Amino acid sequence: MNIVILVKQVPDTTEMKIDKTTGTLIRAGVPSIINPDDLAAIEEALVLKAKYGAHCAVVTMGPPQAEEMLREILGRGIDTAYLLSDSRFAGADTWATSTTLAAFLKTLDVDLILAGRQAIDGDTAQVGPQTAEKLGIPQVTCVEEILSLNDHHITVQKAYETYSDLLEVDLPCLLTTLNSMNQPRGMNFVDAWKAYDKTIVRIGFDDLHLPLDQVGLKGSPTQVKKTFTRSVQSGFIKQELSPEDAAKTVSEILKAYME
Amino acid sequence: METKDIFVFAQQVDHQIDDVVFELLSEAKKLTASIQIDDFHVVAVLLGENVTDLTSVLFEHGADTVIVCDHPRLHRYSTDDYADVLCEIIRDKKPDSFLIGATGIGRDLAPRIAARIDTGLTADATQIEIDPTGEHPTQLWITRPAFGGNLFGTIVCPNHRPQMATIRPNVLLADFHQVGRTGNVETFECTIENEPRVRWLKRIPKSTHGVNIAKARIIFSGGRGMVGHFDLLEKCANQVGGVVAASRAAVDLGEAPKDVQVGQTGKTVRPTLYIACGISGAVQHTAGMDKSEFIIAINKDPQAAIFTVANVGIVGDAVEILPLLAQEIKRIQEANA
Repeated sequence: MNIVILVKQVPDTTEMKIDKTTGTLIRAGVPSIINPDDLAAIEEALVLKAKYGAHCAVVTMGPPQAEEMLREILGRGIDTAYLLSDSRFAGADTWATSTTLAAFLKTLDVDLILAGRQAIDGDTAQVGPQTAEKLGIPQVTCVEEILSLNDHHITVQKAYETYSDLLEVDLPCLLTTLNSMNQPRGMNFVDAWKAYDKTIVRIGFDDLHLPLDQVGLKGSPTQVKKTFTRSVQSGFIKQELSPEDAAKTVSEILKAYME
Repeated sequence: METKDIFVFAQQVDHQIDDVVFELLSEAKKLTASIQIDDFHVVAVLLGENVTDLTSVLFEHGADTVIVCDHPRLHRYSTDDYADVLCEIIRDKKPDSFLIGATGIGRDLAPRIAARIDTGLTADATQIEIDPTGEHPTQLWITRPAFGGNLFGTIVCPNHRPQMATIRPNVLLADFHQVGRTGNVETFECTIENEPRVRWLKRIPKSTHGVNIAKARIIFSGGRGMVGHFDLLEKCANQVGGVVAASRAAVDLGEAPKDVQVGQTGKTVRPTLYIACGISGAVQHTAGMDKSEFIIAINKDPQAAIFTVANVGIVGDAVEILPLLAQEIKRIQEANA
């Protein structure tokens, strides 16, 4: 069984601040982390590896510094790591990203692909399904539990808003995982030690035999026209009140809403 | 390629059209009105088994035409079957744009379609307009939050059609409704013969108390400042027929289930009254509630960001205020009884 996990290094968006004078994001000093939903995918892969036996590889597309993240993931017990990095990949939207990822994944022998449901920087949740489509394999998004796995199928529970579906899926397939599905383990001493001897395989544009107009910013059907931060509204009432007066003020407003 | 019309995916589950469909139809109606081309219509696409009777409600909410594909295999949502049929419809009808609700189904389906027909897709959008510069008469400018709601981006898809977007539920208004309005029903014949690669085994109901905060009229919402005191919110909410919601901080601390989380990574709500208690008001949270009709914010910190979206702000400790509020409500209700 060969399992591949798709991961992304992202800025910790909870640490992000806005420059009040310019209205832009302050990205300096914001730590880079492994995307939270991807941590769940890594953990599931490690659980499946322990239970059924599997070779686990992690694949990311990003700048050279993503190597640090891959090293940390190897330290959690993943076997191999691939870094798709090339200035020509930069600025890719989800269509171009999935085209690049799929071109590389086609060169591997894969039974199961796991990816986080969505990345906290872009929040699109599109790269997983689009990669599955380009590989011509089935997908299940928002998986909350993996129930069983054999050489031909995997049985999973998929979350919708008000119910879940139990599904049996042919392999190879791609699943996207929710960060609530498990408690990811950290690095362990043995694997962390071994991680420093492992080679992280670098893949560039020339390795993939893709047309230049299908990757990066130029290969992206969508374009960002403008970005902005939300303007702050003013002209409201703010008052410092004793608990008694505060309760009266709120109840006066509530009165109008009571049936 | 000659493309026209705005298509809307009329998502139905268990013979029930999802509310986001009515929001999309109203929006599409406004968009076609601002496109200076005659013969540019709103087309709803309805997939399912024995669903033709659902067309009338789609016309009443703004669809000019409804394309219906009725097939036993479409009885229940499946990524493969729905994507196959919708791609076939798109290739045949050549829509200029295609809008899909950013529901669990929509966000599973839309990327698959966009990848297959090689077009651009904008995820989880909160605003759509026609190119305000007037340069491209049918180009959509689609705005969406990113970086946890800290930043907004306006996305265009200049060279590919249809322009696709998933739209966040409960953000746009479903304000078009004409009782008795009708339109054209077009039947689309599809053949689904392949063996399913994903087999449905059973449905499992969610094991929660089933509160849908997206539909609530009054919401008492708690943040980090209410940790350990969510019972106070519960009490006040029960008195006035409201529900309890929470910020991400409170959900992460185990105070409330994920289902009632409001914000960029939770749900968007627009109740008539939102009472934010002990919530600091990070953009991540306000992105999900700032469209509420009236907002009361209670926070100990006079500098809390929540005050910038509130209609009434009270600097004080909600943990002290809420028990007194419960008494006040009781007093008012007894006086009215």
